[in-house]
Amino acid sequence: MTPAPAITVTGSASIDGAPLFAPLTLSLKAARWTCLLGGSGVGKSTVLRLIAGLETGAEFHGTITASDGAPVMERVAYMSQDDLLLPWATVAQNMALGARLRGEQVDRARLDDLLRRVRLSDHAAKRPAELSGGQRQRVALARTLMEDKPVVLLDEPFSALDARTRADMQELAAELLAGRTVLLVTHDPAEAARLGHSIQVMTGGGLTPVAPPTARMPRAVDDTETLECQGALMRMLREGGR
Amino acid sequence: MTRWFPALAATVFALAIWQSVVGLTDLPRFILPGPVLVAETWWQNRWLIAEHTAVTALEVLIGLACGAVLGVATALQLASSRIARVLVQPMLVFTQALPVFALAPILTLWLGYGLWSKVAMAVLIIYFPITAAFFDGLMRTPVGYLDLARTMQASPRAVLWHIRVPAALPQLASGLRLAAVYAPIGAVIGEWVGASKGLGYLMLLANGRAKTDLMFAAMLTLGVLSVLLHLAMRRATRRMAGER
Repeated sequence: MTPAPAITVTGSASIDGAPLFAPLTLSLKAARWTCLLGGSGVGKSTVLRLIAGLETGAEFHGTITASDGAPVMERVAYMSQDDLLLPWATVAQNMALGARLRGEQVDRARLDDLLRRVRLSDHAAKRPAELSGGQRQRVALARTLMEDKPVVLLDEPFSALDARTRADMQELAAELLAGRTVLLVTHDPAEAARLGHSIQVMTGGGLTPVAPPTARMPRAVDDTETLECQGALMRMLREGGR
Repeated sequence: MTRWFPALAATVFALAIWQSVVGLTDLPRFILPGPVLVAETWWQNRWLIAEHTAVTALEVLIGLACGAVLGVATALQLASSRIARVLVQPMLVFTQALPVFALAPILTLWLGYGLWSKVAMAVLIIYFPITAAFFDGLMRTPVGYLDLARTMQASPRAVLWHIRVPAALPQLASGLRLAAVYAPIGAVIGEWVGASKGLGYLMLLANGRAKTDLMFAAMLTLGVLSVLLHLAMRRATRRMAGER
């Protein structure tokens, strides 16, 4: 993996001429987690999809640049709320999807190591339907890591999980994605408060930076400062109007 | 057992109604033969019927194989090329507006009295359902999979083989199952128009000679053949359809 770059998104987006978000600048610090928090429809997923080079249905006027000047799109790994596991493929095959799609040799040793780190070594030959929601999302995380990209884009990856599994997944992701530039798009103030090295609240009015709690991430679920931050974020979301 | 019981009961019930209609109305046997008579006729002519059934079955199987290969190839071509879609799709729909029956005489003229005109009829009838079903599946790949593949820098070809085709197999399975029921109809139409063998020919021949009991025996045999073919296809495509 190449060193993780910082990413800067500057610009505005519109859908059929109607503005989706006003001109904004979002900076992702190198090798840090940036949490983009907002309600539905403010365009936070659009920002993530623009960085990934995916269809957004919106017209974007602006630039997306990396601090090292190299192209961004081919250096991102992507994980969404839906685990996107292929139902006909086994856990191991799903993890190796990227290599198979590019016609590359699958790195077996790396795959086994990642399976162990997401605690699914005994499940390599199972199909997704045989796994629980949390296990499936762990496979998706392992598949994201198999890609070994310096930039990781997470589009509400934990929001379909129950509270306990979600907290476990947040900690596992924080541990395994250390050293990469991560953008986490979420609508959950608690998640942003736990995980963000920097936190940006996105509303119809644009981006508002919020100082993260001082504790090291992943922060404890009952850390007082983290809970206060969560409350403050919640208030901002509600006052943001959307 | 429990699965077959309702079907068996319904069949017995239908046969009983049929027999009682014949018994009560006293219709002549060339208008409506009863099930007992049809069964007797079937048994007496079992070798004749078997011979013609074999011919029809062969036409149907070759037709199914050719139609499936053509349909799958067309769907893949349409799914991977925008130009093919724009050019071929309207034409494909237009050909479906033509009555295939009307083509049967010309096919006989072109391909002769033998096997191939019937195979061609069967192919014509099943080609569209298979193409349409598989193509539809190929175009409905969940968007999330395509997004994921894009972030993995997959080529369109790799996406087609590793994601779109496997995701469309259940739809292909429904197309093939439908085709298994349609194919015998195509073959029989071909036999009606011009043939010297096959169940369609036998039905026409029996009808012409007022051997209605033999006509019924041949028709019911065709029905059983279609049902067996459908069941076999169901079984063969179970994995493809994602059933356990």
